[in-house]
Amino acid sequence: MTAKVSYDDVEVGTELPAQEFPVTRATLVRYAGASGDFNPIHWNEKFAKEVGLPDVIAHGMFTMAEAGRVVTDWVGDPAAVVEYGVRFTKPVVVPNDEKGSVIEVTAKVAAKLDDEARTVRVDITATSADQKVLGRSRAVVRLA
Amino acid sequence: MALDQSFVGRSYPPTAPYEVGREKIREFAEAIGDTNPVYVDPEAARALDHPDVIAPPTFVFAITFKAAGEQVIKDPQLGLDFSRVVHGDQKFVYTRPVRAGDRLTVTSTIDSIKSLAGNEVLSVRGEVHDENGEHVVTAHTTLVARATPAQDTPAAAQEAPAAEDAR
Repeated sequence: MTAKVSYDDVEVGTELPAQEFPVTRATLVRYAGASGDFNPIHWNEKFAKEVGLPDVIAHGMFTMAEAGRVVTDWVGDPAAVVEYGVRFTKPVVVPNDEKGSVIEVTAKVAAKLDDEARTVRVDITATSADQKVLGRSRAVVRLA
Repeated sequence: MALDQSFVGRSYPPTAPYEVGREKIREFAEAIGDTNPVYVDPEAARALDHPDVIAPPTFVFAITFKAAGEQVIKDPQLGLDFSRVVHGDQKFVYTRPVRAGDRLTVTSTIDSIKSLAGNEVLSVRGEVHDENGEHVVTAHTTLVARATPAQDTPAAAQEAPAAEDAR
């Protein structure tokens, strides 16, 4: 594990570079294939509406993967992530057009956990269409 | 109908090994749009002291959820109505990243069963070990069996986990 961020260089409140992740129907079809999650609520509008959803929604695990990229891009080596958890609070609704939706992710260092292990807790905020789509989204990261 | 509390603590036998392939990791990294070379380039991975390419942190969910789906969710004795199941929480605790060449087994255990506002909340722990029996990662997955159809639920957990489970 070779994090490119030093424990000594961060403090509580340090912000990670924010990112935006576009998501279209094509993105979801591709993620379905790669992950093996073929639930029709992620690609079949008729089915999604029949089960009471407003439209096709993104895989929760896709949103979790994108939110995690803000942390792994920051530390460089994804092996620095020792813990990562989220709660799925609202679905990311993905309309059937070229634009799709956008997941906006910000994150900041919320706590320095252990001076010896050089671990910090990063709190992540993920929104789409001005709604929080993840809750309790946190990663524990071991820094250099 | 409330789930039987006596299932708390129940463990299921380890799954058959899943062999992690470089190209499967590449496919997954491309699907999430992540261009970190450590997922696709063995040289880049070795430069960070990994023996081979590693997988993105959430890659392992496909393996742990398949185990939970086949063993726990469909356990006829547990009697979970999987047409009502959505994904509530997900957490991973890593000893090391999953990497190409790993042969991974999953041991699933029911950690808790709770009843909240008529919903059944089931927490499953999937412990992932490599071919040497060394711990790689533990996945903590909370599933919610809704008391009511999707349109009546609060926003929490409108995510259903797997195709066959939503039909």
